[in-house]
Amino acid sequence: MLEVRNLSVRFGGLLALDSASFDVREGEVLSLIGPNGAGKTTAFNAVSGYLAAAGGQILFRGSSLGGLRPSSIAALGLVRTFQKTSLFGNRSALENVLIGLHLKAKQTPLAILLGLPYVAREEKTLVDEALQILKFVNLQQRKGELANSLPYGEQRLLEVAIALAAKPKLLLLDEPVSGMNPSETAGFMAKLGEIRALGVTVLLVEHDMKMVMGVSDRVVCLSQGRIIADGSPAAIQRDPEVIKAYLGEKYARAHA
Amino acid sequence: MEQLLQHGLNALMLGSTYALLGIGLTLIFGIMRVVNFTHGELYAFGAYMMYALVMKAGVNFFAALGLAIVLGVLLGALLELVLLSRLRVADIDTTMLVMIGAWIALQNAEQLAWTGVAVSINNPFPAAPLVLGPVSVAWNRVFVFVMALSLIVVAYKVINGTKLGRAMRATFQDRDTAALMGVQIGAVHTATFALGSGLAAAAGALLGPVFVAYPSMGDLAAAKAFAVVILGGLGSIPGATLGGFILALVEELGAGYISSGYRDAMGFLIIIVILLFRPTGLFARKERIG
Amino acid sequence: MTARLVAAAVVVALASIPLWMGDPYVLHVLIMAGIFTIAAMSLNLLLGYAGQLSLGHVAFFGVGAYASALFSLGFSVHVLPGMLLSVQPKPVWLAMFAGMLAAGLCGWFIGRIAFKVRGAYFVIVSISFAEVARLVAVNWVELTQGPMALNNIPALSVAGFAFLRKPSVYWLVLGVAIACFILIARLVHSRAGRAMVALAENEALATSVGIDVTRYLVLATVVAATMAGAAGVLYAHYVRIVDPDVFLFIYTVTMAIMVITGGKGTLAGPVVGGVIFGLLPEGLRALAIRPETQWIVYGVLMVLVVYFLPQGIVPALRGLRSRGGS
Repeated sequence: MLEVRNLSVRFGGLLALDSASFDVREGEVLSLIGPNGAGKTTAFNAVSGYLAAAGGQILFRGSSLGGLRPSSIAALGLVRTFQKTSLFGNRSALENVLIGLHLKAKQTPLAILLGLPYVAREEKTLVDEALQILKFVNLQQRKGELANSLPYGEQRLLEVAIALAAKPKLLLLDEPVSGMNPSETAGFMAKLGEIRALGVTVLLVEHDMKMVMGVSDRVVCLSQGRIIADGSPAAIQRDPEVIKAYLGEKYARAHA
Repeated sequence: MEQLLQHGLNALMLGSTYALLGIGLTLIFGIMRVVNFTHGELYAFGAYMMYALVMKAGVNFFAALGLAIVLGVLLGALLELVLLSRLRVADIDTTMLVMIGAWIALQNAEQLAWTGVAVSINNPFPAAPLVLGPVSVAWNRVFVFVMALSLIVVAYKVINGTKLGRAMRATFQDRDTAALMGVQIGAVHTATFALGSGLAAAAGALLGPVFVAYPSMGDLAAAKAFAVVILGGLGSIPGATLGGFILALVEELGAGYISSGYRDAMGFLIIIVILLFRPTGLFARKERIG
Repeated sequence: MTARLVAAAVVVALASIPLWMGDPYVLHVLIMAGIFTIAAMSLNLLLGYAGQLSLGHVAFFGVGAYASALFSLGFSVHVLPGMLLSVQPKPVWLAMFAGMLAAGLCGWFIGRIAFKVRGAYFVIVSISFAEVARLVAVNWVELTQGPMALNNIPALSVAGFAFLRKPSVYWLVLGVAIACFILIARLVHSRAGRAMVALAENEALATSVGIDVTRYLVLATVVAATMAGAAGVLYAHYVRIVDPDVFLFIYTVTMAIMVITGGKGTLAGPVVGGVIFGLLPEGLRALAIRPETQWIVYGVLMVLVVYFLPQGIVPALRGLRSRGGS
C-alpha cells in the first residue's frame, strides 16, 4: 500500500532521514520504532506532505506523493494524527468529528449559498455519521462538550475519531498512547484491533514496547535517520542492532 | 544629470529620516511582535512638539529638538505601560485592535489640540541654500541629514553596545530562553517601545520644520515605516537603514520621472511586491538584530 | 425555534419603520447604518470565521462603488497611449452586477495572496492594497475624476423601478442585509463554513483531513468581497456621489469596530455592532460633540471592549443568559 524508497529529509545541514526504505502492506499494522530523534515523526511528516523530501520516492497505492499538499494526500486516503495533541479546541467534540467528515460530504459552495435541499439532508446524514464515530471511540456522551475541556485520554481518542472520519485507507498514528495510563492503553490496543477489522491499514509510531509487540504484524526500527531493522516483532526483539540502539532497556522496563 | 543628482540629494535627506522611522518600527515589530499602528502618531507628535516649543513657547530650536525626542520616548513608555503591559501574552488580533484604538484616539486628540490647519515651524538656518556645483541643498535639509545619521549611529550603539541592547537582542532571538536567563521581558518591552517611539518622534521633529505639520501626517509616515521594515527584513537595523534610503530613492525617482501623484503609492507597492515575492525582506537575519 | 421567532419579529419591526417614521434624516441614518452593517457582516465572515486579519476591507466596498458608478455613467479612458477604451452608460442593474463582480475579483486576488502571506504581514498587505486603490482613485483622474468625484450617479433601479425616495431605498437595503445574513448563515452552518473555521483554528489538523487551504480562503474572501461590493454599490447609487474618500482606512476601522464589539464569529454580532456604531455618531452629534471627540470615544471604546469584553457583546450576553438560567 505504501512504498517508501530511499527517502531523505534535510533540516538545514542535518540529514534527519537518510535514504530510508520500507513498505506498508495492505491490511497490516506496521510499527515504526526507534530512540528519540531517530526520525520517526520526520518520516510521518514527509509521507503526509508536511515536509519536503530531499530525495527518494513515496508511492501510495501506486501513485507518487511527491510534492503533493497534505490535503491532497488526505484525499487519496492517507490520514495522519499528530504527536502533540491536536484538536479544534474551541469546538465541540461533535463538531470536531464533523470537520473530519469534510471529504465525505459533497456539498458545493454554490449549493450551500442557494440553500438547495440536499445540503440540509446531507447535514443530517453527517451528524448521524459523526455520532456513530463518536460511539466507536466511546465518546458519544461528550458530543456537546468543548474539545479543550475533555480529559487527556479522551482528547487523544477524539483525535483518532477525527482521523477515522476522513475515511482513511492508511492511517498514520503518531504516538497515540503517549501519556495514557495502562488501562487506557489496553483499551486503545483493543480499539486498534477494531479499526483494523474495518479494513484500515495502520502505520504506527510508538515508544510503548508492550503495545508495539502486542498489536503489530511487523516492526521497522529507525536509528539516527536510518532503518536498522525490519521484520516481525519477535525477530526485532532479538535483533542485536535494535537492542544496541535502545530496545534492551525499554523491553526490560516493559516487562518489569 | 543635475536633476538626477538633485533627486539623489533629496533622497539622502528623506532616506535618513525614513531610516529612523524604520529602525524604530523594526525594533518594536521585531521584538514585541506588535503591529504598531501608533508609530505614525509619534512622528506627528514629534513635529507638533517642535511647533509648540519653537513657535509657541519660543524655545531655542536645538533645545526644542532634544526635548521633543525625550518627550517622544516618554510618550512611548507611557503607551506601552498603559496599553500593552497587560496584553503581553495576548494574541495578535487583540494587540492590533488596541493599537488601532490608540491610534484613532491619539490622532483625533492631536486634531483637537492643534486644529486641522497645517502649521509651519521656523528654523534658524540661513535661507540661502548650500551650492555644490550644479546642485543646491537647503541648510535645514543638511542639518536633518546629519542629525538623522547621528541618531542612527546612536541607535546602533545602544543595540550593540549596551546591556539593554543585549537584552533586546536576546528577547528578539528567543524570548523564552531570554526570560529563563533572567532578562526582564517587561522592562525590555517598555524600553523597546520607548526607544522606537523616540526615533519616530525624532523623525517628525526633524522633518516638521522642513515641510509642514498637520494632524494626519503620521499616517503616511507609518505606511513608509512599514514599507522600510518589510523591505529591510524584520529585526534588521542595517536592513531598515538601507531600506529607508532605497524607499526614498524610489520615491524621488518615481515622482521625478513618472508621476508625482503616485509618489506615496511607491511605499505600498513595495510592500505588496516584497511580501509576495521575497517575504523575508532583502536583508532579513532571523538570528539577531543589530 | 425561539431564535427564529425573535429574528422574524426583529425583521418585521425593522421593516415597519418607514411606515411610522416620517423624518427623512432618521431614515438616512438608518440606511447608512444598514449599508455599513452589510459591510460589517461580510468582514465578520473573514475576520470572525475564517480568521483572516483582513484590514483592507474598504477596498472591496470602494471598488464596488466605483465600478458600479462608472458603468452606469459610462467612461472612456486611455488604457495605453493611443488606445481608448470607451464604455457606454449601462442600465443601473447591470452596473450593480458589474460592481459586485469587480469587488469579487479583488476578493479572489486577495484570497490567493492570503495563502502566501500570513499573520501580521497579511494585515499590512491588505491595508496597503486598500491604500493603493485609494491613491489610484485620486490620481487616475481620467477614469475616476479624482478628488472631484463622480457625480450624478443614477439612482438604484431594478427592472425599471427606480428607488428614489428614502423609504424604498431603506427597504431595498434591509432586503439586501437580510439576504446577506441568510447567505452567511447558510455558509457558516455547512461543510464550507466548518472548513473555514477549522483552518482558522488549527490549519495543520484541517489539512490532514483533506481541507484545501487555498480553496476555502479564496471562497471566504470572494464571498466577503462580493458582499462588501454590494454595500458599496448601494452606497454609490443612494448617495449618488463617489469620491476617493470611500477608500479611507477609517471606514475599515469602523467596520472592524462593529464586528469586534458586536462579537466576531457570531451571526448576530456584526448586526448588533452595526446598529450601535451606525447610530452612535448621530447620537453624539445630537449632543453637539465634535467629530474628533467622537473618534476619541471610539478609540477608547475599542480598547475597553478588547480588555473587558474580548469576545464582544453577543457572546457576553449569551454567557450571562446561560449563567442566569442554570
